[in-house]
Amino acid sequence: MTITTQDQEIGRLEENARRIRVEIIRAVNQARAGHLGGPLSAADMLAALYFRVMRIKPDEPEWPDRDRFVLSKGHSSIGLYAALALRGYFPVEELATFDSAGSRLQGHPDMTRLPGLDMSTGSLGMGISAGLGIALGARLTGRSDVRTYVMLGDGECQEGEVWEAAMVAARYGLDTLIAIVDHNKLQQYGWPGDGPDGRMPPEAPGELVSKWSAFGWRVLEVDGNRMSAVVDILDRARASDGRPTVVISHTVKGKGVSFMEGHYYWHTRTLTADEFATALADLGEPAAATTGGPR
Amino acid sequence: MTLPLGRAMREVFGETVSALADTDPRIVMLDADVGSSTRADIFEHNHPDRYLQMGIAEQNMMGVAAGLATVGLTPFVSTFVAFAVVRPLDQIRVLIAQTGLNVKITPGYAGIFTGLTGKTHLIVDDVSIMRAMPGMVTVCPADDVEAAQALRWCASYSGPVYVRLVRDATQRLFDDSYSFEFGRAVVAREGRDVTLISTGTQTPRVVDAAEILAAQGIEAHVLHVPTIKPIDVPAIVAAADRTGIVVTVEEHTVLGGLGGAVAEVLSEHRPTLVKRLGMQDVFGESASNAALLELYGLSAARVAEQVSAICRDRSKEVAAQD
Repeated sequence: MTITTQDQEIGRLEENARRIRVEIIRAVNQARAGHLGGPLSAADMLAALYFRVMRIKPDEPEWPDRDRFVLSKGHSSIGLYAALALRGYFPVEELATFDSAGSRLQGHPDMTRLPGLDMSTGSLGMGISAGLGIALGARLTGRSDVRTYVMLGDGECQEGEVWEAAMVAARYGLDTLIAIVDHNKLQQYGWPGDGPDGRMPPEAPGELVSKWSAFGWRVLEVDGNRMSAVVDILDRARASDGRPTVVISHTVKGKGVSFMEGHYYWHTRTLTADEFATALADLGEPAAATTGGPR
Repeated sequence: MTLPLGRAMREVFGETVSALADTDPRIVMLDADVGSSTRADIFEHNHPDRYLQMGIAEQNMMGVAAGLATVGLTPFVSTFVAFAVVRPLDQIRVLIAQTGLNVKITPGYAGIFTGLTGKTHLIVDDVSIMRAMPGMVTVCPADDVEAAQALRWCASYSGPVYVRLVRDATQRLFDDSYSFEFGRAVVAREGRDVTLISTGTQTPRVVDAAEILAAQGIEAHVLHVPTIKPIDVPAIVAAADRTGIVVTVEEHTVLGGLGGAVAEVLSEHRPTLVKRLGMQDVFGESASNAALLELYGLSAARVAEQVSAICRDRSKEVAAQD
């Protein structure tokens, strides 16, 4: 069997996703606070966007013709910070300041502090509206090559504002706007029911596809934790068909860490020393690197 | 003698922002389906490409405005005040105030002049809410002349601004020689007996009230405060010093708006008796403008009556102390 250039590219992106996950674990462990399940589920998508798909210049974060990224599910900030740091926007060491006094890496993304953030987010449902404004503005100012990517949570899609934005984006035929729903099937707590740990998923199977379709969007689905599929779907999403595009990214909450996968209660939680070591081992991080705790 | 009617602020709004857009390609107008009322339609007529209908979805509209500002555009957001302030308040807080993005929130239908709509459309606490929000400049023009100037100033300023505009034609306070200065209050009338401080379209009625008071031998000093935040501290202190007794008057709740702001300033800088006239912790209701002004004590005659009573009580207190 020969290793193709394509395989090497996928391997490189998978390694970036793995490193994002390691940095998420380190930073949240260091801060003794922060979200884990959501950033881990989204790590592959973030790696593909920042290391392959988006047209960006890390040394020129305000480049006017750059693609934009809005993390509408702002509570996954540490995943985005890890991607930005590894991509060269700021030193990886700075991730250790996450959530601490004076840090540029606030609990939820603050564009006034950190270059490379295209919008401040944190109150759910808003990022998609801001992304719609960015895409509309890029079109109005003649930058039709700019793509605006907005990552939402599946729980977040319970916010009414998401559907206001969906309605308006379709009205404007805004085909440069690409929403990605990190569909990890769990929200912070959820309705009681017969799902994992006695909680229901935020939406019924197929519900997101039918809703976004009904609002006039092109809907693509992908296994959001399989890099080759992620890369393929993002390439397809970039090409327009006159409608805004949503990628329903089927993921596993807590992906990559054995004891977190599929459990709502790892939405936010602090790690014990043993859990920290296990998490890094699960992510294939050498044991030597774990002994010092945070980097 | 009463001040004459000027033009409706909403007409001036549509015309002024449209005229600004003639020379400033960054300006865009966002509307939540009420452009035919707020007169954002004047802008649409002249600049159809830069008029952005957002539908009946105000929360999304504020988010879109923030996004537009990040690519260097200057969005003016227009709907009714009631739906521009409280309904999308969290979007304003997170996406506009916290980011400091260059969004102009310029809704019409402020205060009680909302055209027979009832309490859902009458918002009486918008100034309190907006001035309390960190980073949000708050401007309440007195008439059409000042509204046009404030809107022009607003386009030249970089950052979030809230401008409170009124639906109907209201009395004109200023002539064309007037020049709006951001952050500066204006002495509208000189007097020595009582200081009246007002804002927005209430000021012309307060100036009329001062004429009624003059006929009774009370010379009122009238200070108009168009910029509620940042507030003009020296002007308020100086106005209080003129008479030693201050009455604030606003077409708005007395809680936290102009009256609250003046009381904050004076309690810190020059403790002075402050009486607050305005909506007394109540919602509004449907009625003609004239009937509502009477009901809430905001017509010139009702303001004069209340100020006269305050001055009488004050004289008795002073006499009792002597």
